[in-house]
Amino acid sequence: MTHSEPLLSVRGVTIQYKTPQHLITATYRVDFDVHQGDRFILLGPSGCGKSTLQKAVGGYITPCEGEIRLKGQKVKEPGPDRMMVFQEFDQLLPWKTVKQNVAFALQTAKRLSRAEAEERAMHYVCKVGLEKFANSHPHMLSGGMKQRVAIARGMAMEPDILLMDEPFAALDALTRRRMQDELLALWEETRFTVLFVTHSIAEAIKIGNRILLLSPHPGRVKAEINSTTDPIEAARLEKRIHEMLFVNEPEEEEAEHA
Amino acid sequence: MLNMTATVPRDAGPATPVRAEIYHDDRASTSEDEITVVQARLTWAEALYNVPVLRKGLILVVLALAWEIYGRTLNNDLLFPSFSQTIAALWDSVLNGGLLMRALASLKVLVTGYAVGILLAAVLTALAIASRIGRDFLEIMTSMFNPLPAIALLPLALIWFGLGNMSLVFVLVHSVTWAIALNTHSGFLGVSRTLKMVGRNYGLKGWGFITKILIPAAFPSILTGLKIGWAFAWRTLIAAELVFGVSSGSGGLGWFIFENKNLLEISNVFAGLLTVIIIGLVVENLIFATIEKRTIQRWGVQH
Repeated sequence: MTHSEPLLSVRGVTIQYKTPQHLITATYRVDFDVHQGDRFILLGPSGCGKSTLQKAVGGYITPCEGEIRLKGQKVKEPGPDRMMVFQEFDQLLPWKTVKQNVAFALQTAKRLSRAEAEERAMHYVCKVGLEKFANSHPHMLSGGMKQRVAIARGMAMEPDILLMDEPFAALDALTRRRMQDELLALWEETRFTVLFVTHSIAEAIKIGNRILLLSPHPGRVKAEINSTTDPIEAARLEKRIHEMLFVNEPEEEEAEHA
Repeated sequence: MLNMTATVPRDAGPATPVRAEIYHDDRASTSEDEITVVQARLTWAEALYNVPVLRKGLILVVLALAWEIYGRTLNNDLLFPSFSQTIAALWDSVLNGGLLMRALASLKVLVTGYAVGILLAAVLTALAIASRIGRDFLEIMTSMFNPLPAIALLPLALIWFGLGNMSLVFVLVHSVTWAIALNTHSGFLGVSRTLKMVGRNYGLKGWGFITKILIPAAFPSILTGLKIGWAFAWRTLIAAELVFGVSSGSGGLGWFIFENKNLLEISNVFAGLLTVIIIGLVVENLIFATIEKRTIQRWGVQH
């Protein structure tokens, strides 16, 4: 793959879905490219269609206009080349232990042998610091630990792209900050590609290297900007993004903080 | 408005006093012997009370005792034999009356009907998750047939299949299928969206998706269905055997009860009923409880 060729390309994607009463346009003609090694953020307030957009990349929703290509192949259905990490804690299979949860994914989707799958599973379970809990069932773990298992599972599959849908949103603030640091440390180690959905501006700047700003009702691209690691720059950027998203929409702001 | 919080002056109201900051050293203040007990052993009585078998056993002993006392005060063997008389009759029937053979005959029919019922329920629920029309079919069938007592079908079964085990199996299947299908189906519907998405993320589809994701995820409901189905089947069988039990030479437990009532051997009737209860207790507390302990309790989906 040449350097200029994007790993994931989203072109003019419009997504609509029906409720019993209405036809809702979730996103309208969204374009963006994700390159190898990107920590690409979809950022926007509630109702901007960022999660819907990611589910379309995941293959769960088919856009009614435009197309999504991963390595040049059109995305048609869910698959293990795009592993999802969800916000919900119930994304682990409760009937399997931590190690089995990771190994099961490898066995079913990658057709690894049992021994190979367990070995690789253990490697990634250790990577997220849960070796002591490898044989525990998910219900014995705290929320942060469950999310770590989900991340280990996603990474163990070595997907083309890791899709993370507000994975830390349901955690308490202290755990969330630690998980963000851990995720960045893991990225430093393996340089995976991740598409990360969040509604927190601070999280977007901290995690991402490139941020796609979406405006709500329907979701349209407002800007695509580079993040920064410099703390003073980051504070400035946070303010700028805040103004871009909310300056003319005070009600949206209120809803966001509610 | 959110801006309100920023415009409210911070120094409104009386000023709070200025206080020094306080830091505690981690261990300096508590000496070793001051530390309170963190973990203490339970007393003997508490430990025993925590064993469910003992608690349930105690209840059984009390019930047996009450039965014995009532039976003795009534002193009427024809109406209400005491516990000890029933146990004696049970022992005698096991040794001489062929009670075990009767129970075995009943169980054989029961297991056949139960197995066929499970199979049928599996096919129906599989159709129900495969298509919309299958789901409608299952919903209509269960709402029609679930309230229909299996015994009500017995006369028809006798005409269709004659005086044989086939008729018994037929009513058993009817009593089992709908309960299991209904519970399994609602279990499948209750599987969380996230788990379903995880399964599809692994590339699972069709049969693999059902066996590897849906069935384990819906297992608590499926197990409930199996338990209800078992109870329904057992009841139906005994009732059906009371109506007609003579099939291919050896009747089951229901027929044993009916026969002994006709002979006015009431303690044998009680012995027969006790056998029904004992088998029910064993299945519930040994088989189903073990399955529960190994599955849903270990997975933390039931406590």
